[in-house]
Amino acid sequence: MTAVLPLVDQFALGLDAPICLTWELTYACNLACVHCLSSSGRRDPNELTTQQCEAVIDELARMKVFYVNIGGGEPTVRPDFWHLLDYAVAHQVGVKFSTNGIKIDKEKAARIAATDYVDVQISLDGATAEVNDAVRGEGSYATALRALENLAEAGFKDAKISVVVTRHNVSQLDEFKALADRFGATLRLTRLRPSGRGADVWDQLHPTAAQQRVLYDWLVLAGDGVLTGDSFFHLAGFGEPLSGLNLCGAGRVVCLIDPVGDVYACPFAIHSEFLAGNLLRDGGFDKVWRHSPLFEDLRRPQTGGACAKCAHYDSCRGGCMAAKFFTGLPLDGPDPECIVGYGEQALAERDVLALPAPPKPDGDHSHGGPMRGQAPQPRTGGGPVPVSIGHRPDRGCDQSPLLGLQLSSRT
Amino acid sequence: MACAVSTEVAHAARSAPGWEFDPAQPWRLSAAVALRDESFGALAYDFTTRRLSFLKSRLLVDVVRALETVPDVGAALTAAGVPEGDRATYLRALEGLALSGMLTPR
Repeated sequence: MTAVLPLVDQFALGLDAPICLTWELTYACNLACVHCLSSSGRRDPNELTTQQCEAVIDELARMKVFYVNIGGGEPTVRPDFWHLLDYAVAHQVGVKFSTNGIKIDKEKAARIAATDYVDVQISLDGATAEVNDAVRGEGSYATALRALENLAEAGFKDAKISVVVTRHNVSQLDEFKALADRFGATLRLTRLRPSGRGADVWDQLHPTAAQQRVLYDWLVLAGDGVLTGDSFFHLAGFGEPLSGLNLCGAGRVVCLIDPVGDVYACPFAIHSEFLAGNLLRDGGFDKVWRHSPLFEDLRRPQTGGACAKCAHYDSCRGGCMAAKFFTGLPLDGPDPECIVGYGEQALAERDVLALPAPPKPDGDHSHGGPMRGQAPQPRTGGGPVPVSIGHRPDRGCDQSPLLGLQLSSRT
Repeated sequence: MACAVSTEVAHAARSAPGWEFDPAQPWRLSAAVALRDESFGALAYDFTTRRLSFLKSRLLVDVVRALETVPDVGAALTAAGVPEGDRATYLRALEGLALSGMLTPR
C-alpha cells in the first residue's frame, strides 16, 4: 500500500481537466452593478461566434468537464444563448447559468423546467429592494423575483439565489434564507472580491471584521444546505472548516473562459497577470489548461510566504489570490480580510508607505453614459463614479466537492 | 426537471429506515453518472442530482467499473483485486455510493 496525498493536496497540484469552469458568454449586460467583477456593460466585438462556442463545448465534452457555469455580462442577452444551452446539454455538458432574470419570462421558465442538466442561478444582493437596488440598479430586485416566480410556477425545482455578501446585506442572511425557502430555491452566498468594478467599491462594501465573524457563525449554525462556491475559505481559521474545498482552486480545479476566448486562472482575476492564453490563438482550451506556463506555475507547491508561520495557515492557506492582487497586497502574504487582522495591517502599511496603487483590472466594458436607476456609490480617491452596466457572472464550483467518500486513501 | 424529481423520490426511498445495501445483488454505475479518471482515482458526476463525488482510489474505480459484469459486489471486489483485509472498507464505500444514487441495482 502506497500512501497518497490527501485529496486537497491532489487538487492543489491540478487536475487533468477543471472540475467545472466559468464561461462568460458576453460582456453585454442590461444592468450596471457597482461591483461587477468583469466590468461588464458593452458587448466586445471580438466575442466568440456561435460556431466557436460550439467548438468550445465539443472540447469540454471531450475533456469530460461535467458542467460549466455560464455567466457574463448577462448571458441571456446573446441571441444564440438558448441554442448554446441546448447544444451543451445535447453533448453531455451540464449548464448552470447565472442571470439577473431579465429574460426569464413564463415561456423561458417552462423551457428551462423541461430541460435536464440545466440549473439557474438568479443574482440578488439584497433581501429587500432597497438594499439590492442600491448595488444592482433600480428595478433589479423586482426583475429577479419575477424570474424566481416564473421558475417556481413552471415547476423548476431548486433554482439558486446567488448573493454577494456585503456590509449592507450581511444582516439579512435569515431573510435571504426565507426568500429561498419561499421559492423552493437554494441560497448561495459568495464573497465580494475587489475585481472588475468591485475594485472601486470594495473599501465601502466588503464586510467589516466583526461582520465576517457573524457570517462565519451563521454559516456554521444555519448554513446547512447553503452553497458558498467555497468562497469563504479565508474564514476557516475561526474554527471548524466550512464545508467545501478549503483551497484556492485557481488554475488547479477551476478557471475562467471570457467572451473573447481568453482563459484566466479564475473568474475574479481578469488581468494579464492571470491570463493563461487564448483558446483560439493557443491551440484550444485543453492545451491552455494543461500546458500554459501560468497554470503549471500555480500547480507547483506553494510556500505560503509570510503566512506560513501563522497557526491558521493550514486552514486558510493565505486566502484569495485575486483579493490580494487587486488590493495591492503581495500574493505570498495575508488576504486583505485575514481573520487575524494581518490583512488590515498590510493595507494600512500599504497606505502609509504610499506604495504604488493597486493594479487595475484589465478590460473595462462598462457603458460610458449614465445608467437609469443606478444609485451613485461613495468612492475613495475622488474621480467620477464609473457608472456602467454589469452583472456578476458565476464563480467557481457550487458543489461541495468533499461530499466524497471517507475511504482511506490507498493505491 | 422531471429527472431531478424522480431522483429525489429515489433518494427518499433509500434514506428511509429499513433501506439496506445488499451486496448480494447485482449493481452497476447509474446511467446518469459519468466517471473521469484522475491520478488519485476518479471524479464521479451525477447529471440528475448534479452532485460531484470522488472515488479516492484507483482500486475503487476498478471495483465500480467491474460491478457491471459480475453477479454481485463480492465478485467485483475479487475481480478488481481488493486485498482481503480491505474488503469491509470498500463495501462501506460502495454502500455510500449506492445511498447517494451513484450505484443502481441492475
